[in-house]
Amino acid sequence: MAKLELQNLAKAYSRDIVPVKQLNLVVEDNEFLTLVGPSGCGKSTILRLIAGLDQPTEGRVMIGDRDVSPLPPGDRNIAMVFQSYALYPHMTVRDNVASGLKLRHLPAGDIQKRVQEVSGVLGLDPLLDRKPAKLSGGQRQRVALARALVRNPDVFLLDEPLSNLDALLREQVRADLKQIFADQKSPIVYVTHDQTEAMTLSTKVAVLNNGYLQQLGHPHDIYKTPANRFVASFIGSPQMNLVTLSRTGNTVTLSDFTIPLPIGIQAASVVLGIRPEHLRLPREGDAHTVSGQVFLVENLGMHDLVSLRVQGDPTLTLRALLPADAAWSRENLQLALPPESIHWFDGDTEQRLTT
Amino acid sequence: MVSRDYIRRREQRTGWLLMLPALLVLLLVYAFPILRAFWLSFFTENLSTNLEPVFSGLDNYGLMVGDGRFWQSMRNTAVFTLFTLFFELGLGLIIALALDQAFRGRGLARTIAILPWALPTALIALAWRWIFNTEFGVWNDMLMRLHLIGNPVNWLGEPFWAMVAVIAADVWKTTSFVAILLLAGLQSISQDLYEAHALDGASPWQSFRQITLPLIAPQIVITMLFRFAQSFGIFDLIQVMTGGGPGGATETVSIYIYAAVMRYLDFGYGAALVTVTFLVLVAVVALSWLYISRLRAKTE
Repeated sequence: MAKLELQNLAKAYSRDIVPVKQLNLVVEDNEFLTLVGPSGCGKSTILRLIAGLDQPTEGRVMIGDRDVSPLPPGDRNIAMVFQSYALYPHMTVRDNVASGLKLRHLPAGDIQKRVQEVSGVLGLDPLLDRKPAKLSGGQRQRVALARALVRNPDVFLLDEPLSNLDALLREQVRADLKQIFADQKSPIVYVTHDQTEAMTLSTKVAVLNNGYLQQLGHPHDIYKTPANRFVASFIGSPQMNLVTLSRTGNTVTLSDFTIPLPIGIQAASVVLGIRPEHLRLPREGDAHTVSGQVFLVENLGMHDLVSLRVQGDPTLTLRALLPADAAWSRENLQLALPPESIHWFDGDTEQRLTT
Repeated sequence: MVSRDYIRRREQRTGWLLMLPALLVLLLVYAFPILRAFWLSFFTENLSTNLEPVFSGLDNYGLMVGDGRFWQSMRNTAVFTLFTLFFELGLGLIIALALDQAFRGRGLARTIAILPWALPTALIALAWRWIFNTEFGVWNDMLMRLHLIGNPVNWLGEPFWAMVAVIAADVWKTTSFVAILLLAGLQSISQDLYEAHALDGASPWQSFRQITLPLIAPQIVITMLFRFAQSFGIFDLIQVMTGGGPGGATETVSIYIYAAVMRYLDFGYGAALVTVTFLVLVAVVALSWLYISRLRAKTE
């Protein structure tokens, strides 16, 4: 089929408003790329640039060997699912789904066949003659998906397609999406600010902030080895503990506790990162532990999210995810920091220090 | 034990009581004059009866059938209504589409656009009378400077051109209002729909036909209805510009009714004219309303 390639893509609205800066990305066939980042990180702008709804200030959008940058949206053979679904309110579900095929003057028989196929897959058959106003949120979402799937496009774009669904439905549709797009050959670019969607759906995640690509990789790698402090704090829930520490020789001190630095770290100031799920109750032989007083316990069902003030420095807090059935003391909770789970970042450049 | 029926009856009674003041006002202000005019239309009440009402049955309506001036005024009203509606809708839609685009100074443009409609009609009519004035009018001056005409034309003195002039003045005044009504409809259409349609492969013209027009159809029909009622009853603009002249060429029904009642003091005949005009208006509005409700049922 066709791969999608973004070359030096940049978009500036004015000198100060530059949502996308020098972006290089390749999405191969069968790849599901998720653009994830906080509001205003440029992820939706990237999608609009790919679709041709906005023009880049610099750079090119390639589909296969074709430079589609100068083409209008309709000539790029791209299908997009909008956050609002953008269903045509005066048309039936059938006409909504068929719209793109009709505008491309496909024979009526082919249109009918393809609409039927897609509506079968998505379970839209009983809804085909209804207007969007008579559909529930989940049904509208499926119509929007059908309108994209029916086109057999070269590239799929999805702009926060689950954000208008309630929590329960979102989880279900997320699973459906994964199945539906597993069968698609074309590259898929998915935009979300929800890291769970990013982690569960994608084969590749691009974390964006301030218009820059922060890290690109498999969801697992991004979780396991975040490239910088921003990615570390953005991916993972509950958020990673990040503590800026001053260094003395080859050790750092975390309040009353001393932790040795891995060999080879030159940075003058370092940031220690450890995920709440990696902090645990100490076992025999644990080298590094901290202790402190618990000031907040949030019950998450299977786990308790415990917040504690580290002994010796009341401004220093850590959060740990502990099994709900574990026994521990509120007054003096001891936690182990397994060395293999500690992430080190440069305090100045905020880049990752260990591999 | 209070029965459910009792509660419902009590609520209904409260409802009627709450509506009563409004109903009384409506009855007094709308229903009474209409019924009074209808009643009066069966009497002859003019200078020949010393302004005393004398019952004459359908005489007034009979007179009307043979009254060339009445038919002429009906024809003028129809021509005026048809052409103003056509141009105001067409130009109004174009202006609305332009004002719907994002551009610098859009707020200012929108404000300027509404100005002609905000000015008093009588003043505008006076201004246009001067513009079309034979000796001192700007229009003749412009055309002569451009060598399009050799000698000044008496625009408001020629039956055909007088009608064109009053239509032009009304279009100038009201198009902006139509544009603002249609703009409200355009703005209710989400930009996403156009973007989705563009990705579906639609050209701007296709999007206009398949997205814009169907989605603002209700606004178009309501605007037409509104403008129809206003054009059909046009009085002030024409009264000031031409007074219905020359020779009745721009005399609309309203102006004829005004003349019948206020100049000829023929109250009975005037009442009959009012009744017929009223029924025509009601019939057209009712038909349009039926059409709108069908349209609504289709889009929902």
